[in-house]
Formats: sequence, C-alpha cells, structure tokens
Amino acid sequence: MHTPNKNLTSIVEISSKPNEGFSVQKNDSSKSRREFLAISASSALGASALSFPLIGGAEAPPVKIGVLHPVTGANAYSGQQCRMGAEMAIEDINKRGGIKSLGGAKIEALLGDAQSNPQAGSAEVEKMNEAGVSAIVGAFASAICLATTQTAAKYNLPHVVDVGVADQIVERGLKNTFRFGPGYKKCAQIAVANLHVLNTAAGKPAKSVMIIHEESLFGTGTANLLSSELPGYGYDIKEVIKHANPTRDFNNIVLRMKQVNPDIVIPANYYNEYALLVRTMQQQKVAPKAIYSVLGGAASSYKFLKEFPEAANGIIDCNHWFNPKDKRSLELKKRVEAKGAFFSYEVFMTYTAMHVLADAIERAKSTDRAAIIDALSKSTFSDHIMPYGPTQFVNGQNMGAQPLMTQVVKGDIKVIIPRDFREVEPIFPLKA
Amino acid sequence: MFDSTIFLASLLNGITMGAVYALIALGLTLVYGVLHIINFAHGACLMIALYGVYALWAILGIDPYAALPVMVLMMFALGYLLQRYIINRAGHSKDERVLLLTLGLSIVFENLALIWFHSDTRTVETAYSLQTLSIGPVMLSLPKFYAFWGALGVSALMLSIMRWTDLGRAIRAVAKERTGAKLMGIDVEQVYALSFGIGLACLGAAACFLLPAYYVNPTVGNGFIFVSFTIVVLGGMGSFLGALLGGILIGVVESLGGLYLGESLGQVGIFIIFIFFLIFRPQGMFGGKP
Repeated sequence: MHTPNKNLTSIVEISSKPNEGFSVQKNDSSKSRREFLAISASSALGASALSFPLIGGAEAPPVKIGVLHPVTGANAYSGQQCRMGAEMAIEDINKRGGIKSLGGAKIEALLGDAQSNPQAGSAEVEKMNEAGVSAIVGAFASAICLATTQTAAKYNLPHVVDVGVADQIVERGLKNTFRFGPGYKKCAQIAVANLHVLNTAAGKPAKSVMIIHEESLFGTGTANLLSSELPGYGYDIKEVIKHANPTRDFNNIVLRMKQVNPDIVIPANYYNEYALLVRTMQQQKVAPKAIYSVLGGAASSYKFLKEFPEAANGIIDCNHWFNPKDKRSLELKKRVEAKGAFFSYEVFMTYTAMHVLADAIERAKSTDRAAIIDALSKSTFSDHIMPYGPTQFVNGQNMGAQPLMTQVVKGDIKVIIPRDFREVEPIFPLKA
Repeated sequence: MFDSTIFLASLLNGITMGAVYALIALGLTLVYGVLHIINFAHGACLMIALYGVYALWAILGIDPYAALPVMVLMMFALGYLLQRYIINRAGHSKDERVLLLTLGLSIVFENLALIWFHSDTRTVETAYSLQTLSIGPVMLSLPKFYAFWGALGVSALMLSIMRWTDLGRAIRAVAKERTGAKLMGIDVEQVYALSFGIGLACLGAAACFLLPAYYVNPTVGNGFIFVSFTIVVLGGMGSFLGALLGGILIGVVESLGGLYLGESLGQVGIFIIFIFFLIFRPQGMFGGKP
C-alpha cells in the first residue's frame, strides 16, 4: 500500500550528525567560519584517511556521499525512487569491494530531504557539507538542482546531478557540477525532430499542437524550448497552458483542449499531474492523434502503465531510458521489482549517477573534493546501462547523453527510436 | 470565445465543486457563529477527515461513500472532545488565545499526518473514479455528481437540524445571546462542544464526497482554508444559507476563472470578490449589520 519511505528517520539521522568544528563557530565571523568549516571538514576526512594506515583487515574509513532528494512534498514519489536507485548503487559498489584505490573503502550514504523545494535542498547541502561529505548525488527536480549545485559550489563540493534536466544547471560555469544525463534542450530537439519524422512518414496528419506544462523550471523551460522549435517544422502551436503542482482538477484544461482540438498534445509535467491529465482526457473523451510527451512524468512509467493501462496505451515519450539491449538493465529492473517498486527512470538515473561518481573517486584515489572534481571532469565512464555515446564532460555536461523515444504498446513500454535500440515499430497517428 | 457546451461543462464543474466548498464552509461558519472561534484548524481537520476516509479505504477496503456514517461520527467525536477538553480549557474564552490555539493545533495535526502518512499525495481509486455522466452534451465526472448531491443533502440536513430541533434552537440561542441562553437553563458548555462537533462532522461528510475526485496529503487543507474563509465572509459570518450560496458562487467563479484566465490565474476571481465584499458589503450577503 505505502511506498517505502524513510524520510523522517533520515532527517533525524542527518541533523543529529555531529558537526565538525561546531563549537568553534561562535566566535568566528561567518565568512571565515565557512572557510574554516570547509577546510576542517575536508581535512578532517583527508587526515583520517591518511592517519589510519590499513593494516591487515582493518577497515578503511568510509567515503561519505550525500544522497539528496525531495523525498517529501510534491516530488516525493520521484525523490524516493531516486533514493532507492542511489541506495542500490551503493549496495552494489560496496558489495564489489568498495573503492579499491582507497583500500576498499565503503561508500556511506548521508540521506537528505529537499522537501520538494529549493531552499530546503540548499539547507541540506549546508548540513552535508558540515558533516564532511566528499560529494553529493541528487537532487531530481531542476529547480532544486539549480539551488543545491550552487550551494555545493561554495564549498567546492562535487555534485553529480542525477536527473535535473534544465540546462541552466550546467550553464553557469560551476566547476563542481556534473550531469550524466541529457538536458531538456537536447530532449526537446530530439523529440521535435522525431515527431517530424513520424508525422512525415504517416503523410503529415498532424498540424496543430497544444502544450501543457507544470509551472516550475522543468516544465516552463521545456515548454519554451518546444514553442521555439515546433514552428520551424511547420507545426501550429494552438495553446500553451501552465498549471500548478499539485493540480487535482484538469477539467478546465481538458475543456480548453476540447475547444482547441489539437492534433497533438504535449504534456511536460511530473507524475501525479501527468497521470491525472491523461485520465481526465480519457474521461472527457478527448483523443488527439498522439499524446507526445517530452520528459513526461508518467508517460514511460511502469507505475502509470500498471495503474491505468487504458489511459497509457499508445503514449509516446522522449525521456531518459535504459539500454533495453543491455542484460544488466533487465537484471536491475528485476531487482527493483522484487522490492515491490517500479523501475522508473528516477531509479536508473540515480543508480548510474552514483556509479559515475564512484568511478571518479576510484580514479582520484582520494576523498579530496578537488581531486574528485578533477577525476569527474576527465571521466570516460562506460560501465553503465544507459544508451549513451562515449562519456565526455564539457562544462559539466556529458556530451554522450541522449534520451530514447518510447511508446506504450500492448501493455508494455517499448523503445521506438532510434533504430539501434528499437524494440517495436512506432504507431503514429493513434487513430485514423 | 468558448463553445456553449464547454462553458456549460465548466459551469457544472464549478457548481459541483462549489457544493463541496459550501459544506466545508458550513462547518466553519457554524463554529464561528456560535463559539465566535475563527477556527484556523478547519483545514487541518479536513485533512484528518480525508486521511480517515483514505485509511478506511486502504486498510479495510471501505468505499468512501460507505464510510460516511463512520466518518461523520468520528469527526463529531473529535470535534466534541477537542472543544471540550482542549480549546475550552486552554482558550479561557479569550478570542486571541483561541485563535493562536487553533493555529497551533493545525500545525500539530499537519505534522502528525507527516509522521504517520508521510508527505506523499494519496488518492483513492474506485470503479467509478473515472466514470462520467452525460448531461446533454456535457460530460460530468460521476464522483463530482455524487459529491454535489451529497453535499446538498448534508447541508439540507444541517439546516433542518438548526431550524427545527431543540438542539438547533439551543445552538441558535447560544449564538445570539450566551448569557440569556444560560439563564434559560441551556448547558452552554455542552452546546459549544456539540457545535464544534457538528462543525467537524460536516468535514467528515465533505471528505467522503471529496476524496474520490480529489487527493490527500498533509497540507491539503491549506487550499481549502482560504476558500472557506472567503465563503464565510461572502455569505455573512455565521449565516448558513450564505455559506451554501457563497460556496456555489465561489466554485463557479473559480471554474470559469480557470477556463478564461488559465489554470494558474483561476483563483484570482475569488479574491477579487473577497476584496469587493470587504469594501462594499462587509457583513456579507446574508449577515446582519456589522
């Protein structure tokens, strides 16, 4: 019935961690205090790593990694899925002998809750910094990532962004920020180009588009990109509608849709709203030629598929997706399902992000933040389940990253584009 | 310009939602009318009722509508005990204390819900969740249709209780003239607690009608509290008929506002009306002279 949720215990866990240098804070000015904390935190870790040489069987001190997600609030479901992905990755890395170049040091997660808002995310970064983490993996939502990466940058704290598709995240010249997955600009461009391919192949039945997006950075940014890309291919954007999170009544939006009668509906929102929007469309008997999502919150989600198979049928999505031809991705999927959870993109994105970081720490041979940042920027990590090209970080963005196009066909989510990963032929338009 | 069917659909949508708003505001206006308590915990109490309905459904498999009698009784009991043993004792009948107390209670309730249910948004899935009813060319979702009649029914019941029963007379007497009522032998303390109980019982009923077409999370009440206060002011503080009509009016304004101004601006209309009333008719539609 309930999705597993450990957020409350974890809040306690983090806030009760002893703060290094806490007693010194009182008399220092805030600037020098920060510097002191940053130095003391990192040097304390470094020193402890050095001062305990590993003599036969002695355990190497663990590498502390901040795992920061919105596990409560509007993004709670996604945040918890991310956290599960991170925890599974840590479990796997530790099982395989931890960070070998650090004497088999185990990764220790410091769980944080961004409470679905940027301010709380930033506050958690401050706490994690004081607790002496070597790096942070997180924080799912774009708006939160924007804040957490910036706060982490103050402390030169490496931050691997797991999802956060807004491109602003990697466009601010922050040296500490790395994103392994694709940004929304890339996703929107690929989605629009492929829409045009599909539409042309079908004899151009679709001409008009309606975009429905959530109000935060992710939805607004995606909608803006689509609005600028689509007219270039000859599509008429009839309407762009923004909605709040959460929205529990899409009747008005769907009524407008009925009036406008677009050929294609493009939703860009998170799970709950996406699911409700599509269900309301079903309820009001609005059936466009395609529901074509760009980073749709529920479009390529096994959860949505299981809960509302009829509403999900035929939906196309351009989203983060695993390489379906890689056996390991299917093994991971089974493991996730064995936990009674769904193998959603959040899980494998954060799972992979944690591995990217672990690989960098391995090569850095150190828990020093600057060394990890350096190793990340030189990463050529290839031992992963994503359908990406060679890893190469340019200004923190992995240039090899790309989304896949999927479609819900016969009760399953199948890759339709690109051909290299294709599992089934696309169905477009949905009805004649 | 919108098609007439679409306008009609939005109008109906607003009326049905408005009926539920009215039911929620009815409880608030009763508590204000009798106890002169501005109950800031009203939204949090609605949240508790929604979780009650959710828990009955999730754990025992009880349909939200079938949960109605249970929820009404439970919320009544909660309201009665809350007023009798907490608000009455800690408030010492001082308005500002009671105000802070209810505000504090709402914070406590929200955090208890966070502990027990976590912050996930939860919904109830029933066979009729997605069904629609065709009224001419208009498609209305079945849960909303039920909610409309249910809310009207409960409101009518409330109004009859207030008008024709001894309890109703006692409540009205206490509302009008506390000391006089006491002198006539009415147990004022008891009436206070009963009124608070009935106020929350309305929420119990509203929750049963609301949840099949809505959701619950620990902060769900916040969205209703402003709307309810607006309705209460609009209808006239303490006026039942005012709350009923005000609720439906607000529902319609919200829905049409959403249709014409876009979803994110939909609620603007509500607050424009609110300000308009505060300036030109502060006693509300049915309230006496302030």
